[in-house]
Amino acid sequence: MAIEVRIPTILRTYTGGEKAVTAAGGSLSALIDDLEANHPGLKERLLDGGDLRRFVNVYVNDEDVRFIGGLDAELSDGDQVVVLPAVAGGSR
Amino acid sequence: MLTIDRATYDAIVAHAVRDHPDEACGIVAGPEGSDRPERLVEMVNAAGSPTFYEFDSTELLELYKEMWKRDEEPVVVYHSHTATEAYPSRTDIGLAGEPGAHYVLVSTRDRFTDDGNNDGPVEFRSYRIVDGEVTEEDVTVVDELPARG
Repeated sequence: MAIEVRIPTILRTYTGGEKAVTAAGGSLSALIDDLEANHPGLKERLLDGGDLRRFVNVYVNDEDVRFIGGLDAELSDGDQVVVLPAVAGGSR
Repeated sequence: MLTIDRATYDAIVAHAVRDHPDEACGIVAGPEGSDRPERLVEMVNAAGSPTFYEFDSTELLELYKEMWKRDEEPVVVYHSHTATEAYPSRTDIGLAGEPGAHYVLVSTRDRFTDDGNNDGPVEFRSYRIVDGEVTEEDVTVVDELPARG
């Protein structure tokens, strides 16, 4: 099973500079474990205490995973996953 | 150093003034690796707040897909502070996710008095934010960006 995962610039230190990598998994959670196995350190940047980090966005086929089950979102062969850091900040 | 054309500079300031007292935000995209801020994209502040800004997650994805299609990257990421100086806050630094971008901070705090726009100055400053380190840089405003090398 192959799922393409698009990696944002700030996380490419974990993928040897690659913009996209392939991974496998029937759910987002399983996919992240598979990513971690090949690109150690990535999981910590995506998850915090077992949940997706508040300021990391993950999309499956253009849907924000928060709307389709979060880490339980189901994945199948050929799905496109995109990781993007939130663009956010504030004066406090 | 950030080199930016006058029209884009003015448009960023106008956006910040228009959205005051909420924070305004957006990017200026340019060809990958060019360091040329060419295409201004004003974003909606999904937080709609005077002390916080965040791009809507769906609009964020659309923005990046459009940039990837055009072989662009965010050359400038800008937002406004409406009651404090144009310097990155701890939140700004912690959330800065584009190590290659110029982070532009605009402050509208001196532009407005309690009874409205007093045409005071708008502060416009630029920074690099990499691994939690903030480095201010000069801003050069030109009539037009130089021809592509």
